[in-house]
Amino acid sequence: MSAALSVRGLVKEYAPGKPVLRGIDLDFAARGITAVIGPSGTGKSTLIRCINRLVEPTAGQVIFEDRDLVKLNRAELRSARRRIGMVFQEYNLVERLSVMENLLCGRLGYVAPLKAWLRRYPARDIARAFELLDIVGLGEFAQARADSLSGGQRQRVGIARAVMQEPKLLLADEPTSSLDPKTSVEIMGLLQTLAQAHGFPVIINIHNVELARRFAERIVGMTGGRVVYDGTPERITEQHLKEIYGGEDWLE
Amino acid sequence: MSAALKREWRRFTPAERIGRFVVYFCVVAAIVASLRTVEVIPEFLYDAPEQIGDMLRRMWPVAWRHYPEGVHGPLMDSLHIATLGTVLAVLMAVPVAFLAARNVTPYAGLNYAAKLILVAARSVNTLIWALFFVAVLGPGALAGTLAIAFHSIGFTGKLLGEALEESNRGTIEALEASGAPWLSIAVKGYWPQVRPAFWAIVLFRWDINVRESAVLGLVGAGGVGMALDTALNLFQWDRAAMILVAILAVVVAAEVATTQLRKRII
Amino acid sequence: MARTGSSRSAFPPDWWARGAWVVLLVYLVYACAQLELTPARFATGLEHGAKFLARLFPPDFKRWELLLKGMVESLQIAIVASALGTLLSLPLALVAARNLMPVWASWPARAVMVVCRSFHPVIVAIVFVKAVGFGALAGILALTVASVGFLGKLMTEAIEEISLKQVEAVRATGAPFASVVSYAVVPQVFSRFVGFVSYETDANLRNSTMVGIVGAGGIGGTLFAAFQRFDYDFVCAIVLTIIALIMAGEVLTVQVKRVFKA
Repeated sequence: MSAALSVRGLVKEYAPGKPVLRGIDLDFAARGITAVIGPSGTGKSTLIRCINRLVEPTAGQVIFEDRDLVKLNRAELRSARRRIGMVFQEYNLVERLSVMENLLCGRLGYVAPLKAWLRRYPARDIARAFELLDIVGLGEFAQARADSLSGGQRQRVGIARAVMQEPKLLLADEPTSSLDPKTSVEIMGLLQTLAQAHGFPVIINIHNVELARRFAERIVGMTGGRVVYDGTPERITEQHLKEIYGGEDWLE
Repeated sequence: MSAALKREWRRFTPAERIGRFVVYFCVVAAIVASLRTVEVIPEFLYDAPEQIGDMLRRMWPVAWRHYPEGVHGPLMDSLHIATLGTVLAVLMAVPVAFLAARNVTPYAGLNYAAKLILVAARSVNTLIWALFFVAVLGPGALAGTLAIAFHSIGFTGKLLGEALEESNRGTIEALEASGAPWLSIAVKGYWPQVRPAFWAIVLFRWDINVRESAVLGLVGAGGVGMALDTALNLFQWDRAAMILVAILAVVVAAEVATTQLRKRII
Repeated sequence: MARTGSSRSAFPPDWWARGAWVVLLVYLVYACAQLELTPARFATGLEHGAKFLARLFPPDFKRWELLLKGMVESLQIAIVASALGTLLSLPLALVAARNLMPVWASWPARAVMVVCRSFHPVIVAIVFVKAVGFGALAGILALTVASVGFLGKLMTEAIEEISLKQVEAVRATGAPFASVVSYAVVPQVFSRFVGFVSYETDANLRNSTMVGIVGAGGIGGTLFAAFQRFDYDFVCAIVLTIIALIMAGEVLTVQVKRVFKA
């Protein structure tokens, strides 16, 4: 089974001589949810953002669909990004646009700019958008302005937007950090459902270990810019968590 | 499977659509009508680059020598005109602004009268006010200062009035309830709230007035504009260039000064 | 039991502010002296003013055809200059936005806008009269230059205040640059733009009434001629019409902003 995404020797230095990522080697299968856990500042978010090059890697390779994303030029990168959906911690919706328009942002990589500006999308896209809205439970909100929604609702729109891209990979950068515990569980459940239904792998950067254990099939633990644990949720022990996060108090 | 119900997506409600359409239509119609009827002589347009080139050639070299005797005095005069005019405008605008603010003066008649004065003042350009005052008082700096003052009341008063209308009602109520006289309410209740906006408005207006005062001399109202007018009439393009450079320098300096002052005061 | 030692003042004086007021006052007296503005001149001036007002009224509309022609030309100048100015400012403002563009692109664009607004429209009009001759074309070009300067500055400031997170999200979907602009930038600035364009059209309407004084078309020329002929009743008529036109313009602007929910 070939990997959907391969990361080889990924290094990122924001300031020269101070690497945040010290050489990451990971393979991701074509299905399943992978949770990346670790303390703040350890490079989890950097890793996720290096994959679709929202942050430029200093060295290394990111191989997706048989191409090294790091080496692509702007046009090729854009076409690759169409196949990678992303969900953000602060939802990053266009607040003044309606929910429907935000959803259709997911198709912007596929529709010509002029048509996009005139809001002329293929009927198929519009039908899919309505379907997705129903699935995430926001069927009545198509015309509502994005900034009139609650946090949990906005994240659902964010997820739907990513799924609209018909992605081959979904990245989620702390999708639940701005949400209350109950909503967090709902959002993780939604990600799980959609990933299974549509068959794409999900890489989630998350700091809540319980959520990671509950919803992910694989956990990658990072500390100090390196991977220190890579395995199933069942096998992760307190010892591992101490190594990743340091200290014992928070485990009580 | 509800295959039949294909939901449609509309971006704007029908009412919104009509409103937007009307505006777009009127704008386009106005532009087309204007373009067709305005008189443009094509030959002049083609000739333009050469004319501008000719003018630039005559302007070079810039007559730097002319500055001390011919430009500096009038330039400083323009600055004085701008500053005095702004101060006078502010003094006159404050009472009118109080009259125009609905929450300060609850009499609609007075509100309208004050607002009318302000609209009239700003509809008439500084240059036109200058023509007027030159006719009344004769040419010179007095005409220029009054022209700046009377035009600036319009904007200063309007913006001040709006700032007053946005002030917190509760603060004023508390002062009224304690039996404070009207003037005290104005000074201790309204002024602290309006102060940042006040200085922003005054600085903004002063900056604009520095630009305006430079051209008033073209109609005889004092300042460096008169030197410019003379130079242009005598076709002394190099002197005109000197004056333009001097004006530019003063305008840029004023903009820098207002930015700095704004940081300190507000 | 008195509290001795350091005395606490309830209202400590702000010496900087007091100093600034003193400086300002001294300057004002100095400036008045430089300009030879004495109270005596003020008094005589007021007297003259009163007599003058009598000569202004009643306004004389006998030559209304000339008046109408001039006003219409001013209106045309304002409309075309605003349209052209808006069209040119939009791309320029986008290029000048430091949060979206590299320095080698934004800096020249900003420089162009600064130059455009540094000169008073009347001065620019004089230059264009020399370049393209007397008439409305000079006025249109002069006001277009001024519009590009002011509109461009306002628009660039609005673009630089947008939330870049929304831009990042749209970029991450693989959208081309034009779509990133139309979906992430435009919705955040559109209603402010409508306000700016309305404001600038209003300003152009005001300015178009005076560029005629230097020969750039519009009612300004008619007005100037009337002043020189001492035809003050006609002057009054013209000024009243200008005021009416600009008031109408302001009302219209409010309505347009309402339609676009600015």
